[in-house]
Amino acid sequence: MPLLILLVVPLFAAVVLAFVGDRKYAPEINITGSAATFLAGIALALDVYNNGPMLAGNKFFFVDAFNVYLAVLTSFVSMTTAIFSRRYMRREREHGRVGHWGMRFYHAMFQLFIFAMLLCLLTNNVGVLWIAMELATLSTVLLVSLYRTPTAIEAAWKYFILCGVGIAQALFGTVLLYFAAEKVLGEGGEALLWTNLIQSSGKLEPTILSLAFVFLMVGYGTKVGLVPLHNWLPDAHSEGPTPISAVLSGLLLNVALYALVRCKAIVDGSTHTHYAGNIMMGFGIISILVAAFSLLRQKDIKRMFSYSSIEHMGIATFAFGLGGPIATYGALLHMLVHSLAKSSIFFTVGHASQMHRTQDMDKIKGLIRGNPLVGWGMMFGAMAIVGMPPFGIFTSEFLILTATIKDAPLMTPFLLLGLAIAFAAVFKKVQPMVAGEIPSYQKSMKVAHLPVLLHMAIVLAVGLYMPVFLNQWFHKAVQILK
Amino acid sequence: MDIQTTAQIINFLAAMVLLTAFGMLVQRRIYGLIHLFAWQGLFLSVSTAIVGYAAGRHHLYISSVLTLALKVILLPYILNALIHKLKIRKEIETVVNVPLTMLIGIALVIFSYSLTAPVREMSTLVTRSILAIALATVMIGLLMMITRRHAVTQIIGFLAMENGLFFAATSATYGMPLVVELGVAIDVLIAAFIFGIFFFHINTTFDSLDVEQMARLKEGE
Amino acid sequence: MKFLPLLMEIMQLLLLLAAAPLFAGWVKMVKCWSQGRTSPSLLQPYRDIAKLFSKDVVLAENASWIFRFTPYIVFGATLLAGGIIPILSVDLPLSATADVIALVALFAIARFFTALAGMDIGTAFGGMGSSREMTIASLAEPAMLMAVFTMSLASKSTSLSHIAQTISQSDIHMALRPSLAFAFLAFVMIAIAETGRIPVDNPETHLELTMIHEAMILEYSGRHLALIEWAGMMKLFLFMSLGAAAFFPWGIAGAGNMAAIPLALIYLIIKFTFAGVVLVLIETGLAKMRLFRVTEFLGAAFLLATLGMLAHFILE
Repeated sequence: MPLLILLVVPLFAAVVLAFVGDRKYAPEINITGSAATFLAGIALALDVYNNGPMLAGNKFFFVDAFNVYLAVLTSFVSMTTAIFSRRYMRREREHGRVGHWGMRFYHAMFQLFIFAMLLCLLTNNVGVLWIAMELATLSTVLLVSLYRTPTAIEAAWKYFILCGVGIAQALFGTVLLYFAAEKVLGEGGEALLWTNLIQSSGKLEPTILSLAFVFLMVGYGTKVGLVPLHNWLPDAHSEGPTPISAVLSGLLLNVALYALVRCKAIVDGSTHTHYAGNIMMGFGIISILVAAFSLLRQKDIKRMFSYSSIEHMGIATFAFGLGGPIATYGALLHMLVHSLAKSSIFFTVGHASQMHRTQDMDKIKGLIRGNPLVGWGMMFGAMAIVGMPPFGIFTSEFLILTATIKDAPLMTPFLLLGLAIAFAAVFKKVQPMVAGEIPSYQKSMKVAHLPVLLHMAIVLAVGLYMPVFLNQWFHKAVQILK
Repeated sequence: MDIQTTAQIINFLAAMVLLTAFGMLVQRRIYGLIHLFAWQGLFLSVSTAIVGYAAGRHHLYISSVLTLALKVILLPYILNALIHKLKIRKEIETVVNVPLTMLIGIALVIFSYSLTAPVREMSTLVTRSILAIALATVMIGLLMMITRRHAVTQIIGFLAMENGLFFAATSATYGMPLVVELGVAIDVLIAAFIFGIFFFHINTTFDSLDVEQMARLKEGE
Repeated sequence: MKFLPLLMEIMQLLLLLAAAPLFAGWVKMVKCWSQGRTSPSLLQPYRDIAKLFSKDVVLAENASWIFRFTPYIVFGATLLAGGIIPILSVDLPLSATADVIALVALFAIARFFTALAGMDIGTAFGGMGSSREMTIASLAEPAMLMAVFTMSLASKSTSLSHIAQTISQSDIHMALRPSLAFAFLAFVMIAIAETGRIPVDNPETHLELTMIHEAMILEYSGRHLALIEWAGMMKLFLFMSLGAAAFFPWGIAGAGNMAAIPLALIYLIIKFTFAGVVLVLIETGLAKMRLFRVTEFLGAAFLLATLGMLAHFILE
């Protein structure tokens, strides 16, 4: 039942919002819908926590510790983003950057996007997983180009084309997967169910699955934004409205990585080697290094944090590829804390760029004096994202680093190098923005406090003390992905 | 019809799909491209129906009709209407270095063939060799998207890629589950809606559908 | 050597010599009909050749031996090519020694000397024609070889007699082979280019901007011109027979089967009547293309032939 609510509410909200359009109360409906989704997510999580994994809807849905935690995270961040976007989008409307139709479109597509991501997470069918992933892309393409500026349209076109190409490879991989599974599981829908695939993965033909994984890796890897398939990501994440940047960076990347990890589990079961893991580690470490060096060269604030997302997704991909309980635990935690920290950073970035009417980092100054929440929020967000203790990202990165030293010692220097450069780059850029005097062109404005505070509090709390239920969740998820 | 004859017919259609893919790769006129795309869809649709008949999987008939409706009638119609409205029906695109593109295309076919060789050996289906053609069609679509600079052409490349995928899904494996095929079809439809909007946005913003002009987003700017 | 194959060989060569102008006449006739004109008689090409033979040869002052020998070489090479292709029967002594690659080489020799002769006199037109001819040849020959290889892959031999035999004995599955279909399409395109028909070249005009073959032989007269014209008709005839032998070999008499010759002749007449109509349809349906488009035309032929070969490996 919570499962049904979880999926129906955003879809229903999307339809309602499409009709409500630009009315005054549209943002409130958006928030209500997201909150209801979040509550349903909590209920589902409690259900799974108490009763273990469940299959529902004629085996169409499958919920276990791994995806339910991501579903709760998704619904939570989308709720806070909805709260944030209420003021933010209203101001964009006042500035004339978005029109009447733009607002209608924004709200409806936001909810549709949430629906697509949740469907992606909860479905048991590998084919539907692909469809939902494509739907998530399509629903955000026009949001990226919402401002209709030449750069926004270029970014959206790039996003559309490159992700379309990438995701097509993933479909080919899925076809190959089905090709192999059909012989073992018989024709029809049964052969694409993840639960069935994982059960009989030992019987699947390893050669075909190895080939399939290459395609799946390229396909979903494009969506995760792994180097060298990342070209679209900094553009798409920086040109759209900030709430969209927050959910794209904070949530969609996670969902794509989730899809990849699910597929890896099947391939591992068939090949019994570290083949898939090695590929993921390779992509991961290259992403970390390239993104870290790119961070140094950025001038646009949103672009910089997009590159930071690539780096962190690289870390998580690397950790999943490494395998083993510690690395997997670290990767799961990393997905959680990165998602929270990054979306909170984007909230403050959104406010900061609205205050200065620019995204150019050279022109943003004196944030702490101008607006303490935005300034300190960005400062602490940056500290969290580069992995300073006591924030949660420190914990996850520490776990991953420990596992690397143990299982792949040769990779350790590269990993450390990437982390160090990213650390230096982000600090070098953030510090001048938060410190200093208020420039003449800065405008003061009301900001949404709740989302930033809530996110940062959780990131900090997880770093200081791991709650028992979260810990158990992760342990269960690690068991699933073993 | 015995199984060998049907396999032969399907192989023939596969070759035609590949041929249309190559045709699209070098076709300059947008109008001609849409025609080729429609032909490819038709070959795909017929081949799907024949596979469905030969393998006794009747849900493939639905896929076949779906392909016919979507890829042979609806999408070409939408594209035609769009290029009519945007007044680019007669537009001729400069295609750089046709012979080289063709050679790369041929190399891609060989690459796909060797890549899918293990699958060929595993499979007992009569249509197993289709997989190489399907992958080659996907790759050629990809090549087309890279070499072409016109928004409409890139989209047709994208759709041709989708055709290749669909071919892999129906002919090589006797069809994915129906729910997946329907979902993919809906995604393509939404994509069509989106690129239609995009054409207008690009055209009004850049005064042309040449995506070469979109080069503002560069590193370090 | 047995007597029968030798007889067959001689019969075939005589047929080639006699029937080539007839076929050229037929094509011209159909073309006239298609354009609503009154056509010359079927025998007009014979009269043209006879007239040319009776005329004196006018040689340019600086013509070397190459210019004088070329007509004989061209005629000889083309005639020899006729000995390789199974037109009536597969039982040919020459076909056993020379395969389809030799056939391509024979045509290449004829073309090489024509081009040399075109340049020999030193007129502007001759050089221009030669250069154009060689441009086309450099693209057409690889494509031709590719198409030929595809055919030989299907029948596992490069001997034309063997190819014809294998294909004529096969069933419907052979006819559906994509590799053969592609090879056939490529072959048709190459044949059009090689025999200088529209849309690559127009044999009927002497318009300096477009002509290719006619430019090279502009300086020939008398019996030299007669031989070259005759060889040109034979070449057209041979390409038609090659197409018939490789793709539609039904009716060609088997080894040692003398009785099947009359039937083979009837089949041949039907095939050629039909081929002439198709050729005219292609010619009237298409416009002569600009010279630089010809490279793309032949590139497409090469692509088709290569695809045929790939299709053979992938799909068959």
